[in-house]
Amino acid sequence: MNDLVWIFVSALLVNNFTLSYFLGLCPFLGVTARLETAFRLGLANIFVMLITAACAYALNTWVLPYAPYLRLISFIIVIASTVQFVEMAMKKLSPTLFKALGIFLPLITTNCAILGLALFQTNKGYGFWEGMIYALGAGGGVTLALALLAGVREETRLLNIPKLIEGTAFNLIIAGIISMAFMGFAGLFSS
Amino acid sequence: MNENEEIEEKKEATVIPVEPEVSSFKLIFSLGLAGLISGIIIVGSYLYTLPIIEKNKAEAQRTAIFKVLEGCTSFVTLHLIDGKLVEDDNFPKVKKEAITKEEHEVFAGFDADGKLIGFAIPAAEPGFQDIIGTIFGYDVVNQTIIGFEVLESKETPGLGDKIFKDADFALNFKSLATIPEILPVKKGAKKSPNQIETITGATISSKAVIRILNNAIKLWQEPINKFDKSLLKPPTTKGNTENSADKISENE
Amino acid sequence: MSEKETDKKAQEFLKGLWKENPVFVAVLGMCPALAVTNSAINSLAMGLATTFVLVCSSILVSSLRKVIPKQVRITAYVIIIATFVTVVDFALAAFTPSIQKELGAFVALIVVNCLILGRQEAFASKNGVVLSIFDAAGMSLGFTFALLCIGVIREVIGSGSLFDFPLFGAGYEPWVVMILPPGGFFALGFLLFGFNWYAGRKRKKELVKA
Repeated sequence: MNDLVWIFVSALLVNNFTLSYFLGLCPFLGVTARLETAFRLGLANIFVMLITAACAYALNTWVLPYAPYLRLISFIIVIASTVQFVEMAMKKLSPTLFKALGIFLPLITTNCAILGLALFQTNKGYGFWEGMIYALGAGGGVTLALALLAGVREETRLLNIPKLIEGTAFNLIIAGIISMAFMGFAGLFSS
Repeated sequence: MNENEEIEEKKEATVIPVEPEVSSFKLIFSLGLAGLISGIIIVGSYLYTLPIIEKNKAEAQRTAIFKVLEGCTSFVTLHLIDGKLVEDDNFPKVKKEAITKEEHEVFAGFDADGKLIGFAIPAAEPGFQDIIGTIFGYDVVNQTIIGFEVLESKETPGLGDKIFKDADFALNFKSLATIPEILPVKKGAKKSPNQIETITGATISSKAVIRILNNAIKLWQEPINKFDKSLLKPPTTKGNTENSADKISENE
Repeated sequence: MSEKETDKKAQEFLKGLWKENPVFVAVLGMCPALAVTNSAINSLAMGLATTFVLVCSSILVSSLRKVIPKQVRITAYVIIIATFVTVVDFALAAFTPSIQKELGAFVALIVVNCLILGRQEAFASKNGVVLSIFDAAGMSLGFTFALLCIGVIREVIGSGSLFDFPLFGAGYEPWVVMILPPGGFFALGFLLFGFNWYAGRKRKKELVKA
């Protein structure tokens, strides 16, 4: 049980996927201008991550031992198909949810965070439930990072920022400061 | 009427040109072709690099084992499953009949005379930042730790990474008693052989190392004690010896 | 006629180095850019690995561009890119295991580097093999150059060394945060700042001239 708590907290805070591993940066720096958008993107992320974690576990346990060299290709194809399938299913089964999350789903396919999750999870040899908790923590961590950055950007919208540093450079420096703050979580739950 | 005309015009202007129909045969064929080329390239490079990668892994493992068991020149692999130690040869059969799926590996090291020096035990657990991967040498007779090596660490550079960079910390592991358990003490306060002096500024990383060692001892002590060590003999030709590196280079 | 051709090739090559530098101008391929640039050697290794993948993928995509129909092109590109990433992963594990250990899973993550897929879509699928090679080489070397800039800054300030060669002697107290994750964000942020300032100055000069 202890292990599961550590896996979750580590992925969420201590080794945050976005702020420590730099995964999921494209939407992080491009899309997050509003808090609401950030939350939705994060939720879509969590959703896809949970499904990916399950698929990665299944692939790793039953298919890949016979063809380890197909690891990367199979993961990528699974992720792309999953996103496609989830988008179609969402459209049909829950139009409201689709309206809220749907446009972000294609963006997620090339999002390093999803592939990163599959790779890290299988590298560490997590079982099924460990993988799911890991996905939950990782997705939550990405959402947290997105929300924090969006929040700060919303706050600074009315401030006078020097023209040269406006845009991506500014976002990166904010991200760096948030990342430093998250360093304070190290040592949590490792008694 | 004018409004309707405008809407009609707008509709015409936004008509998207129809793309020529592509037969599904062509779709499948082209994907299949890409897949075939990819497959050949991947399998080819895999087969070419696999022996080299395996050799690198074996080399790294051998170096680590020899480092934590001083004087070691050869080793054999043992597996822990269902609370019992099993030799490499018997392992596949025992694994099939095992109740629990959990298995661990340990290495029994021998010196040049074929005498058992001790066991090299790998252990890994969360430290301050992330998982710390270690291997340590365990002397069964004296029940002490005789060597310690950090294999993997993401601890803070300049602070936590002293667990493998600090010479004083390494001195703790020359002959570390494990009974009843390893305890942390402040620097300069070591009084008994089962104490480790923690690193100033890296208390959590140091305590993590102690926790890793204590938990590993708890896991391995009983199975190792119960195992009939007279069964352990140094390998003869299997290639686990120090000379195997020379053998491979001879064959090339 | 041949002078015009070589001019065109040179143009495709050079644009990737500065004018359309993937990291500084288009802000593409961020994940590897920040994760592995904590030392100059790692940056160089990652840059060269990406170069290999981009050039080989461009060659294959360009050769097959008339065969692959539009509907499945993205899938085909991804398969091709993933193939070469797998090859590079094996090659690193076999020939430079210490670098493989440092780069870890980020080598595999080259496959989702938007830069590579972007070049296939924008250029290799529409141009001949030779031009595509120059485009790919230019873009990836520009990428490597950017990674090296970040890596050198982070290593010099954060470890006091360059390519593992100590620079400042024993008394130097390194600014450790630079080799930790926040350092990546700061390094790239300030580099972009500097890049913008330089580009702005150039533009002003050109406006003054005209």
